Amino acid sequence: MTVQDRTAEGPPAVKVETDRVRHAVAVIGRATFLAVAGGFFALPLLWLATAPFDLHPTITTSVPEFTLRNFRALLDNPYVLSSLGNSVLQAAASAALVVILAALAAYALSRVRIPGRDALLYVLLLLSSVVTGTAAMVPIFELATRLNLIDTHLGVVLTLSGGLLPAAIFILKDFMDGTPTSYEESARVFGASPLQILRHIVVPVIRPGLATIAVWSVASVWGSFLTPFILLRDPAKAPGAVILYTLYTEGGSPRLDLISTFSLLYSLPVVLMYVFVSRRYGFRFHGGIKR
Amino acid sequence: MISLHGLTKEFPGGVRAVDALDLEIADGEFFALLGPSGCGKTTLLRTIAGLETPTSGRIVIGSADVTGLAPGRRDVAMVFQDYALYPHMDVTANIAYPLRIKKVPRAEREAKAAETASRLSLSELLARRPAQLSGGQQQRVALARAIACHPKAFLFDEPLSNLDARMRLEARTFLKRLQRELAVTTVFVTHDQGEALAMADRIAVMSAGRIMQVGTPSEVFQRPANTFVASFIGSTPMNLLPGVVKDGTLRVAGAALPLAPGLADGDEIVYGLRPEYMDLSASARDDAFAGQVSVVENLGTSFLVTLETTSDSGDHLVQAVVPEDAEPAPGTSAWAVPRHPRALVYRDGELVVA
Repeated sequence: MTVQDRTAEGPPAVKVETDRVRHAVAVIGRATFLAVAGGFFALPLLWLATAPFDLHPTITTSVPEFTLRNFRALLDNPYVLSSLGNSVLQAAASAALVVILAALAAYALSRVRIPGRDALLYVLLLLSSVVTGTAAMVPIFELATRLNLIDTHLGVVLTLSGGLLPAAIFILKDFMDGTPTSYEESARVFGASPLQILRHIVVPVIRPGLATIAVWSVASVWGSFLTPFILLRDPAKAPGAVILYTLYTEGGSPRLDLISTFSLLYSLPVVLMYVFVSRRYGFRFHGGIKR
Repeated sequence: MISLHGLTKEFPGGVRAVDALDLEIADGEFFALLGPSGCGKTTLLRTIAGLETPTSGRIVIGSADVTGLAPGRRDVAMVFQDYALYPHMDVTANIAYPLRIKKVPRAEREAKAAETASRLSLSELLARRPAQLSGGQQQRVALARAIACHPKAFLFDEPLSNLDARMRLEARTFLKRLQRELAVTTVFVTHDQGEALAMADRIAVMSAGRIMQVGTPSEVFQRPANTFVASFIGSTPMNLLPGVVKDGTLRVAGAALPLAPGLADGDEIVYGLRPEYMDLSASARDDAFAGQVSVVENLGTSFLVTLETTSDSGDHLVQAVVPEDAEPAPGTSAWAVPRHPRALVYRDGELVVA
């Protein structure tokens, strides 16, 4: 306002008028910017909603000539349904492995004092991005070959879990640190065994954290492409993310009808899982945890 | 009965939280461990519970040596400072949890929980979660959980510290009555001398991992065994004034006081007297502490008056409690007259016994 007071000269009526115009321009400018930015992110999602139902989908979003033919064509592909099954198998197995191992490791790291504990956690966290990163693919392939894990679900699950574990341990340790030790100590005085304490007290108390880790693991595995692409040879074992990459014509041009339809089909389970877990457990981080 | 023999707990880094401690707590006794923070009282309680392993020494509960036993096999119940109620269980499940560990059938333990809850007037709250309870209700649930498992002893860690001031008074009376009814040996930790005096049958005053005095509240209040206990016990701090024995009288802060037995000429002593046992006189006397009134504090039904005295032995503050309407104005001269039978004399920090 001080700037305007100095620059706006002339009678007060004119000043009010210019203020009003400036205000209107600012509002219009802000709205336009938000619309453009919003559209930039919304258009691809809109494409995902319309293209699968379009008779002739292109890479632009348009009002579809409605058809369900694309779904029939997609189901004719022999690997589509099995790839969804593979994705579920790999995601569920990895999530289970990550939740169980991360919970045990985080509990121990939170409750036992060992020298260099925090340094260990940070080094693990740093290395985790390397494990499933592109740079480590050659050594991982080499390792998997020697362990006879090439072309097995187990190989994919172990590699992906290894990449997710450090961050999962880090997050869960934070949850554990926020839980008073008196819960466990009072159970100990009542005679509960360590496993009973874990089952009756610790797991229920950090359940929101466990749910978060499980959902995050499933979503990560669901979307990972490079690891299964390299470790699996048999297309019958490949997950959806890899099969999506094979939906091309013999000439090498993308089958947009199949790709869009499969993309929609492939993203739905993850969205549904988010909604379900959020309803059932809630990602809210309270529930009797004293801070 | 709980007895401790030469109990020592040393933490890594060489801190001795409990230092070669011997203590006997009788059956059915309400026993307080009292001391300033960091004196080792909570560590001692946790060592009795089995949550800390003693470095050396023995713990006997009843007739069994429990030194090497896991906490769950000592047959004690502990109530934690933050109550440690399980947030995901309702009140019934919380109270019944010790019975669930003991594999009592569900119907039986829920009946037991309901019975214990009704005794502590918690019947209306059985289906609630801890987060839906007030502080006082949470405390009663924690007590009910401890009672439900019928232990040989109760251990309370700062049982009243999480309650607001008014609730604390109510809970004090309630706890004392409950303990009397149950007649179960109870050890509780507190840093509040008023709480210890009000509730306990006997008190152990601790400092730096050692016991400074064990006794009934009256003994500890009226005859503190050393200057530490003397300064720690009492809601208004005791006057502790340095003095010397000379020519058959005690010379303390400019006053000549009658000599107590057991002292010899030339002894350096500390003269202790509670402000409540000090009378204020407006006229000069030889056997009184002369000084200027510097501060007058209102205690409700009485006033705490602080005198600044000046003498050969230096400047000292002497406090006296006077009844309402008898308080002097700040800045005036006054004489604090000790009531001799109540006076305590310490030599080398220890009480001189006649």
